[in-house]
Amino acid sequence: MNALQRFLDSDFIYSFKRNPVAMVSFGVVVLVVLAAVLAPWIAPHNPFDLASLNLLDSLKPPFFQTDGDPSFPLGTDDQGRDVLSGIMYGTRISLEVAILAIGFSLTVGISVGLIAGYVGGSVDAVLMRIVDVQLTFPAILVALLVDGVVRAVLPPSAQEALQLDVIVFAIGISRWPQFARTVRGSTMIERGRDYVMAARVIGISSPRIMATHILPNVLGPVLVIATLNLGLAVLDEATLSFLGVGLPPTEPSLGTLIRFGNDFLFSGEWWITIFPGATLAVMVLSINLLGDWLRDALNPRLR
Amino acid sequence: MALLDVIDLCVEFPTRRGILRALDGVSFSIDPGEILGVVGESGAGKSLTGAAIIGLLEPPGHVAGGQIVFDGKRLDNLSQEEMRAIRGRHIGAIFQDPLTTLDPLMSVGKQLIETMQTHMKLSDRDAKARAVQWLEEVGIPAASERVFAYPHQFSGGMRQRVVIALALCAEPRLVIADEPTTALDVSIQAQIITLMKRLAADHGTSIMLVTHDMGVIAETCDRVAVMYAGRIAEIGPVENVVRSPHHPYTEGLMGSIPSLEARVERLRQIDGAMPRLNAIPKGCAFNPRCGKVIERCREERPVLLPTATTMAACFRANEEAA
Amino acid sequence: MIAFIIARLLQAIPVLLVVGFISFAMFQFVGDPLVALLGQNFTAEEADAMRHNLGMDQPFLVQYVNFLGRVLHGDFGISYRLAKPVGELLAERLPATAELALCAAILSLLVGVPLGVLTGIKRNALISRVMMMLSLVGVSLPTFLIGVLLILLFAVQLGVLPSYGRGDVVHFAHWSTGLLTGTGRVALILPAVTLGLFQMTLILRLVRSEMLEVMRSDHIKFARARGLTPRAINFHHALSNTLVPVITIVGLQLGMLIAFSIVTETVFQWPGMGLLLVQSIGVADIPVMSAYLLLIAVVFVTINLVVDLLYFAVDPRLRGGGK
Repeated sequence: MNALQRFLDSDFIYSFKRNPVAMVSFGVVVLVVLAAVLAPWIAPHNPFDLASLNLLDSLKPPFFQTDGDPSFPLGTDDQGRDVLSGIMYGTRISLEVAILAIGFSLTVGISVGLIAGYVGGSVDAVLMRIVDVQLTFPAILVALLVDGVVRAVLPPSAQEALQLDVIVFAIGISRWPQFARTVRGSTMIERGRDYVMAARVIGISSPRIMATHILPNVLGPVLVIATLNLGLAVLDEATLSFLGVGLPPTEPSLGTLIRFGNDFLFSGEWWITIFPGATLAVMVLSINLLGDWLRDALNPRLR
Repeated sequence: MALLDVIDLCVEFPTRRGILRALDGVSFSIDPGEILGVVGESGAGKSLTGAAIIGLLEPPGHVAGGQIVFDGKRLDNLSQEEMRAIRGRHIGAIFQDPLTTLDPLMSVGKQLIETMQTHMKLSDRDAKARAVQWLEEVGIPAASERVFAYPHQFSGGMRQRVVIALALCAEPRLVIADEPTTALDVSIQAQIITLMKRLAADHGTSIMLVTHDMGVIAETCDRVAVMYAGRIAEIGPVENVVRSPHHPYTEGLMGSIPSLEARVERLRQIDGAMPRLNAIPKGCAFNPRCGKVIERCREERPVLLPTATTMAACFRANEEAA
Repeated sequence: MIAFIIARLLQAIPVLLVVGFISFAMFQFVGDPLVALLGQNFTAEEADAMRHNLGMDQPFLVQYVNFLGRVLHGDFGISYRLAKPVGELLAERLPATAELALCAAILSLLVGVPLGVLTGIKRNALISRVMMMLSLVGVSLPTFLIGVLLILLFAVQLGVLPSYGRGDVVHFAHWSTGLLTGTGRVALILPAVTLGLFQMTLILRLVRSEMLEVMRSDHIKFARARGLTPRAINFHHALSNTLVPVITIVGLQLGMLIAFSIVTETVFQWPGMGLLLVQSIGVADIPVMSAYLLLIAVVFVTINLVVDLLYFAVDPRLRGGGK
């Protein structure tokens, strides 16, 4: 029996197949990710192509309302941009930011955790103290303040161009401590194992032991946490963009779309904000449902 | 008349792979003031029997057949609320680990008062006086000062004394003690056993003592039931079961106790292990491990029948004696 | 008891010093305070004089200590954007945020804890399953989206509740309250629900899982075996034993409440500290940001201290007393 077959026969897949909620959530996540990734090819319009915009198309309601236009299924905003295409491109940007931010977080967290756990002593004490202090503050608050400070430091000319990097940095820096803590814990366990002792005895350097021997063994749990954090990072980005300190209007993420649409709530153009909002909510809900199922599937006692 | 009559009791657990029968036709009785020991390996159904009697089987486990008659009244078909009024008031319980059986956030006195006032009409003052009395009776030194101390302020042995006081404070006529000494230091076990014996005699309480320790049984009980794979293998007066067992399983069990009197070359042990509940063999559950197995044992299930000195569920019990 | 409080306060000091240092570093090195104070055009002499006045020519550590001294006197510098002392600005906005966060906290506790107990006790009942599904939806909806949806429903469609501002307020010395006026109370409803809803669902889920954990414990089985009533078991024995972990999380959640009040205040244009912060971040108004950071650190340290004291009240094992 090959590895794929074994995987398909495992309890894990069995429990997945028996759980319609998990299957539907998984389907939704796959669908949303596909729509986002393939946006440039499958979206009905390109909201960034200013030449294609026509003000005559502005503020059209979704197709099921009386004035709806089937070529703009979810309506248009005040510039005549297609809401559906905006959502697809917006999700793409949201996911891009979240993945980059979590990647950055992981890099910092794993490095710090490895060093703290492997070196120990006062290095460990100082690093873990920093982790403790930062964990006192909610991640979103850290991201907000870091974002603000970095903007203040940057010259105004560079701000526009670097906005995406700034927000990735801000969200990434707000989430590294928990990765550091997890990695440190597993590193301390691995450090005591015989194979590490043996590697030290034959004179392999510490950085090399950490990278080639310890890292592969501590990666598992931290990757699970990282996956679950992806949903949170999407929410972080949306929140920052909604507050107006996230991505610029030229690169509208889901949060930015909701913020713009917010101005039209009172004049009755609800679709500009509700559709992006619903997309965000459904995507995060699906990720949470998947996370819930994953936790139960991996730990049957908690059921 | 017997205080408790358990008649053909069956307990089942529905599972994904089918129904597991954890107790299968268990019958015994306990007389007023009597101490009945229940022994067997873990998983034999000793604790389940106790839980079924006080109506605290963990769902999805449930009584699937038979009767439990207490003081002339059937318990197995009572509603939850009716059964609750019986627990503590008529049938008490003592659990294994005194470190976890007491609520850590409530003083021992308050737990006593709460229990007594649930079942009896008592003023706060009387209840408190009684709580102190009970603590004194179970041998807590300086009881009147420590009545409102918290469980963590007592040692393990002292906590088990508090648990005993809690089980007896509403003056039940029967106490089910589930491995009451297993979690304690050996030096304290004897004290707790002595205390339980004394209290049972003073208050005329019957005890069903569940344990896997034959030494404790021999020292404490009037009669003993030996359980195997959810069935009773042998039951009878302690003296007789220990000295002249009629069921091969009991014999094996007795052979595994070190004795000071009899000089044996080496302790015997029973080969193999008790079957899992989903793989109990046809006929006598013990037949694959039995040294005296005959063809009939593999086909037909033996029932409890009187022997010279005990009751045993073995086709060869009487031929042996004859 | 007193020794315990002192120990806890001593533990809090390094946290405050670190945060103070970050705040100081922001204040001193990010942006240029000279530009802020002197305007764009100033001579080198003026700059030196101002540096001297501000103590910026002194050694680094002295500057830090001076900074801490000023902060302890409530002097957080001058806002670049509003040209007013930051201390004054924050004091003005504090009551709005405090009232909002408090109402949201009370709401989330009053609804979240009982529902958590209920779904914990009757874990297989239909209503519990429905509640759990709803709570997962609640956890997945970002705060700002809840705010937007509530505005759409109650302010735009039904037109029964105001969608922004604080209504009329009454002033008492340094405090302003909206709780005493009709418009003030009405204006509080949507923001408080928005802020409280997310926390409520988290608290519900937490209380439920702690309840399930405690219901499995031996002392609950023993309480059943003693024939105690379900009421006594659920509320005296089970609930009190879930309190310790619940208090921890609720304490952390209060911190989250303050963080998310920033979002809620922005959605509803609620004139509190969070809105001030967001507006300040937009224009890099560093003194406001650094003061906010310090203030929040003090609030969090206080919350942690209160949590520790509550442990004390709830759990006799911590109160000591030997065998």
